[in-house]
Amino acid sequence: MKMVDIIWKGNHVFILATTVLIILLYGYGSFTFTGFFSAQVFLNLFIDNAYLIIVATGMAFVIITGGIDLSVGAFVALISMISATLLEMGFNAYLVIVLTLLIGVLFGGFQGYLISQFDLHPWIVTLAGMFLARGTSFLINTESIVITNETYSYLSSAKVPIIGGGYVSIGAIIALLLVIIAIFIAKYTKFGRNVYAVGGNVSSARLMGLPVKRTTILVYMFSGFCSALGGFVFTIYMLSGYGLHLLGMEMDAIAACVIGGILLTGGFGYLIGPMLGVLSMGVIQTIIMFQGTLSSWWTKIAVGFLLFIFIVLQRLVVINRRRKEMEFSKELNVKPETETFTRKQLDT
Amino acid sequence: MVSEYLLRSEGISKFFPGVKALSNVSFTLKQGEIHSIMGENGAGKSTLIKVFTGVHKMDEGSIFFKEEQIDLDSPQSAQNKGISAVFQEVNLCENLSVAENIFIGREPKKNGRINWKEIKKRAEQLLLTRLNIKIDVSKVLSSYSTAIQQMIAIARAVDMSSGVLILDEPTSSLDKNEVKQLFKVMKSLKEEGMGIIFVSHFLEQVYEISDRITVLRNGQYIGDYVTNQLPRKDLVSNMIGREWDENSNHKEKQFKNLKSSELLLSGTNLARKGSINPLNIEMRKGEVLGLAGLLGSGRTELAKVIFGIDKPDQGVLYLNNEKIGSLNPKSSIERGVSFCPEDRKVEGIINDLTIRENIILGLQTKKGLLKYIPMKEQERIANKYIKLLRIKTPSIEQSIDNLSGGNQQKVILARWLATNPTLLILDEPTRGIDVGSKQEIRQLIFDLAKEGITILFISAELEETVACCDRVIVLRDRQKIGELQGEDMTESKIMDMIAKGDEIDETIPS
Repeated sequence: MKMVDIIWKGNHVFILATTVLIILLYGYGSFTFTGFFSAQVFLNLFIDNAYLIIVATGMAFVIITGGIDLSVGAFVALISMISATLLEMGFNAYLVIVLTLLIGVLFGGFQGYLISQFDLHPWIVTLAGMFLARGTSFLINTESIVITNETYSYLSSAKVPIIGGGYVSIGAIIALLLVIIAIFIAKYTKFGRNVYAVGGNVSSARLMGLPVKRTTILVYMFSGFCSALGGFVFTIYMLSGYGLHLLGMEMDAIAACVIGGILLTGGFGYLIGPMLGVLSMGVIQTIIMFQGTLSSWWTKIAVGFLLFIFIVLQRLVVINRRRKEMEFSKELNVKPETETFTRKQLDT
Repeated sequence: MVSEYLLRSEGISKFFPGVKALSNVSFTLKQGEIHSIMGENGAGKSTLIKVFTGVHKMDEGSIFFKEEQIDLDSPQSAQNKGISAVFQEVNLCENLSVAENIFIGREPKKNGRINWKEIKKRAEQLLLTRLNIKIDVSKVLSSYSTAIQQMIAIARAVDMSSGVLILDEPTSSLDKNEVKQLFKVMKSLKEEGMGIIFVSHFLEQVYEISDRITVLRNGQYIGDYVTNQLPRKDLVSNMIGREWDENSNHKEKQFKNLKSSELLLSGTNLARKGSINPLNIEMRKGEVLGLAGLLGSGRTELAKVIFGIDKPDQGVLYLNNEKIGSLNPKSSIERGVSFCPEDRKVEGIINDLTIRENIILGLQTKKGLLKYIPMKEQERIANKYIKLLRIKTPSIEQSIDNLSGGNQQKVILARWLATNPTLLILDEPTRGIDVGSKQEIRQLIFDLAKEGITILFISAELEETVACCDRVIVLRDRQKIGELQGEDMTESKIMDMIAKGDEIDETIPS
């Protein structure tokens, strides 16, 4: 088996490992707790985590380019706040949705512009974005605002029935659609492939004539859009706007990506991964909920352990790849040494 | 007459901080010709190529493509004009598949989505028909050797180019057959009317393939010659800017009588599992001892054991008649042993530091990290060695990144010389640097030995080993198989020794 397989299959391994993990955890839950093994409990995973799936998917693109977006959690809170305030002021619900999505795109694009134009580290730029977004939400209002808008209430309570019983929310549908679109973008568009190329080797990508700057800006723009979309989904889920919503959620999104097999070093990963990552964290949370006596913080502890296991697993794949490369370079070295430029040749 | 040029440039200048990388360089490329650019390291070849490919923007001058003035400000703009290039190091994405590497940025589409089947089919076809390589193109690039990766980069460039193809040192990682294959491709492209710019260190190859040669020196345009009217010696003297001194290192080698000289180092039964088998080694003061052998024969490994990077499993080492208990690099440096490692990029230079800082580093380690060396003193030392080794730099505060390979090597050498070593280990000190600098470094070895410094010299080039050393230890398969000195020390005898008893003699460069 050659290396490619190890890398691609390596990624398959992550996807497989995550899927197996979800099944095992779900199986454990089903045997231990009555009522756990039901379609609705499973569908609730999507309903409760729709916003996180959306945000993590946007984050995945950023991570594949080798970057990071820390502003997403604060941005979801800001979007909830802006939506709640505008709705309170009597704006049309659809106008609010379009407006917030637009803000997301512009904000993300601005961060991407700073990162690519001034060659800044994404960590610091998006950290600034995070403070800015979080601060702005409190500037708008320090209190939690409850949303009473009819359209939002309708969207919030709408139940989309699923064949075989059970239902999902509008948010879950949006999340699933986004994941499908993301998979398509990653595999079948030039932008998607450029994302992988930039994450694989920036200087090569530049020399190959790929639009590195544009790709970087677009990727943060996409992440910004996903934050805004996640913000909308979260807002109709909570029906409130509050500056303290989702503190530290950007870390959950990053964790979901890592558990879903997106390598933080960039260049590798499947877009189905973040969703699987979110689901596995969701199952753990559900188990702890069913268990009843454990504090919900145990979710964090479990996710912490999970992350340790997954990063070590990823590291092993990378080390394996390095070792193979070393073998290749050795192979190359044993070859007859190429003619060197000696005095003798000069004399002839 | 005017339209015969595919690419024509006039008065190109490019400045880097403190360095004039190119000054007023002209270059012309005709349709259907292979044009080599020759020059020593630091002559400006790579910079010129980077100007043509839009990586660097030139500061002065103009470029005409098919007699139409063009403005190259990014790799994309050069590619759009049909100028494509393969750079020295493979510049593809290792995480993508072979097929994708060839077609990324210009993927064929079907119904608005990338047509992967088509990409795979076309990549396979391209590699097979153009380069005669049959590989699985859906595997990721990193599953193939550097040589194959280089061929893939060439395939991409060939396929994208519509007129001008630039190959910067494409052959350095290829073996002879692969070079042959590449030249076949170049010739057929040439017949199709393409103009090819070829950069290589290998004179043989340049003479074999190119129609014309442009020589650069120190960023200056020296001349443009028809290959078969330019004798090699003239080419070399044009490149290094002085008459090639025929006998520079064949001048009567005086075989020093070192038997009388004091014993500096002696090791008995030195061995380390997996790197060298037990052997004895002796070095006298002022001696230049060579280690000869093929790659993997234990040359570098022995040096590492002596310096203490790798600890020996058995055996004893005496230095100045003093038994050395525990070997490690720091104590070796304190004892006056210096090691100038093989790969200066990885083990030697520290890119972000200035020349002064790089030179002082060894001395600082020797003195102890907390003992401050006064700035005046640092400057004095740095200046001394810059002058002594003739390091070409505008100032001692220049970042070492801005120097050419040969000059970087000299900085490393200066670092160890500054520690006043009694034993200097030089592992491949001349690898990858140009003829002129090689000559200078060899001269320096002579001079140092004359001053009484003992040198352990390792080189893959036998000719160089013979020229520099007083005595040679021959190694094969991690074993010392013999020692030669005086009149006996010739290239052919060493080769005989290495080759004796097995069939690997064809791997020895002759």
